[in-house]
Amino acid sequence: MIRIILPQHLRTLARVNGEVALEVNGPVTQRAVLDALEAHYPMLRGTIRDHVTHKRRAFVRFFACEQDLSHESPDMPLPDAIVTGSEPFLIVGAMAGG
Amino acid sequence: MSSVRVLVGTRKGAFILTSDGARKRWDVQGPHFGGWELYHLKGSPADPNRLYASQTSSWFGQVIQRSDDGGKTWSAPGTKPEDLMGSDGMPKGESNMFLYDTSAETGKPLTTHQHYDGSQRPWEFKRVWHLEPSLTDPDTVYAGVEDAALFRSTDGGHTWHELAGLREVKGNLWQPGAGGMCLHTVVLDRTNPQRIYIAISAAGAFRTDDGGKTWRAINRGLKSQFELPDPDADVGHCVHNITMHASRPNVLFMQKHWDVLRSDDAGGSWHEISGNLPSDFGFPIAVHAHEPNTVYVVPIKSDSEHYPPEGKLRVYRSRTGGNEWKALTEGLPQENCYVNILRDAMTVDQLDPCGIYFGTTGGQVYGSIDDGDNWAPIVRDLPAVLSVEVQTL
Repeated sequence: MIRIILPQHLRTLARVNGEVALEVNGPVTQRAVLDALEAHYPMLRGTIRDHVTHKRRAFVRFFACEQDLSHESPDMPLPDAIVTGSEPFLIVGAMAGG
Repeated sequence: MSSVRVLVGTRKGAFILTSDGARKRWDVQGPHFGGWELYHLKGSPADPNRLYASQTSSWFGQVIQRSDDGGKTWSAPGTKPEDLMGSDGMPKGESNMFLYDTSAETGKPLTTHQHYDGSQRPWEFKRVWHLEPSLTDPDTVYAGVEDAALFRSTDGGHTWHELAGLREVKGNLWQPGAGGMCLHTVVLDRTNPQRIYIAISAAGAFRTDDGGKTWRAINRGLKSQFELPDPDADVGHCVHNITMHASRPNVLFMQKHWDVLRSDDAGGSWHEISGNLPSDFGFPIAVHAHEPNTVYVVPIKSDSEHYPPEGKLRVYRSRTGGNEWKALTEGLPQENCYVNILRDAMTVDQLDPCGIYFGTTGGQVYGSIDDGDNWAPIVRDLPAVLSVEVQTL
């Protein structure tokens, strides 16, 4: 299971508490994780990445294993610790004031 | 006994204020969607339990919320378990998807508009400023969005489709106002379902007479000598708000960037009615529920000083359809008041006597139950108020 931690506002929108755990079929990449997340929680479509282009929203960041993966290719395999579930994949609202 | 439900959108959530018909004791519920910007909430005239809300965030974008129980519970349309998957196996979740229409069927509308620097920029969706439910069908609702366009949903907000003909009206000359290039006003005509008025900052006012297929600019008589190189231009004016009385659909009142105006021919031409106002800059404009010639505005000092003249918060009322205005001050702060009242933040109920409500960027929502002669705060310390609507139940 892939563990995902959502920012507070998206947890509220998705009506979940704490972490989300999802099965991801095939190679575990950012794209695959987000596809699975949106399939289970369609209210999150458009809030993390663009509906059509799937480009990450400007003020959203992806962290894993103490690394910022926001600028990595969405098709790059995620670290083993994410694949095994020993570490969570973090979706974070960027620090941008307000 | 009748009651009222006031829907308040703020920078950090939505609040619902309810009272019986006396409108003296209020229950305040909220925040709903705490931490999000709620640009606008509005109830369906055809089903008062059906509410729509525009929830938006710089981080997470646009979410459309809907309530079917008068605001007790909310959900994003199309995200219930039975709605989850489309026939192609992909999740739907389309209620926050606003895609500009560039299809050949609708004439490949213009895809660029003027930017601040004079360059042409592509249309890019940012947020929904205004939601206008149909007068007759709870599942039909219009959304005025930034970058300026009009969308319509006929399935209760599940999916949205642009009425793309609007952008064919010299869209390449539209440009952002200080708050962005937003379609913020949608006025429906109860006597003619095919007629819709909209307003855009900064493009002007537009009208369709065929349900949104084709549009025309209705800006004749508007003068923007400090904002446009051609003060009488066909498009480009910074219209802030338009309103009408349902019984007199050909008479429109407008608060422009500067100037308060009136049209007696469905927008065919406009004439200024600013009269003795201390400033004719402002944002909202409203008409009394039972007196079609009684109009309300809130003068703001200037476009560079977005607060009331002299630090005195005054609503101005004209009972003559404009030009002759009276300051309404009783119960409103008359010193050291430097709030703004935004374009969607004033409204009237349908009770008799008519109730008037407005919200401020300082977080106060004021109400009057005697045509504006006396005011009292319903709530004082909300986040900055973006919109105020009222339902008479």
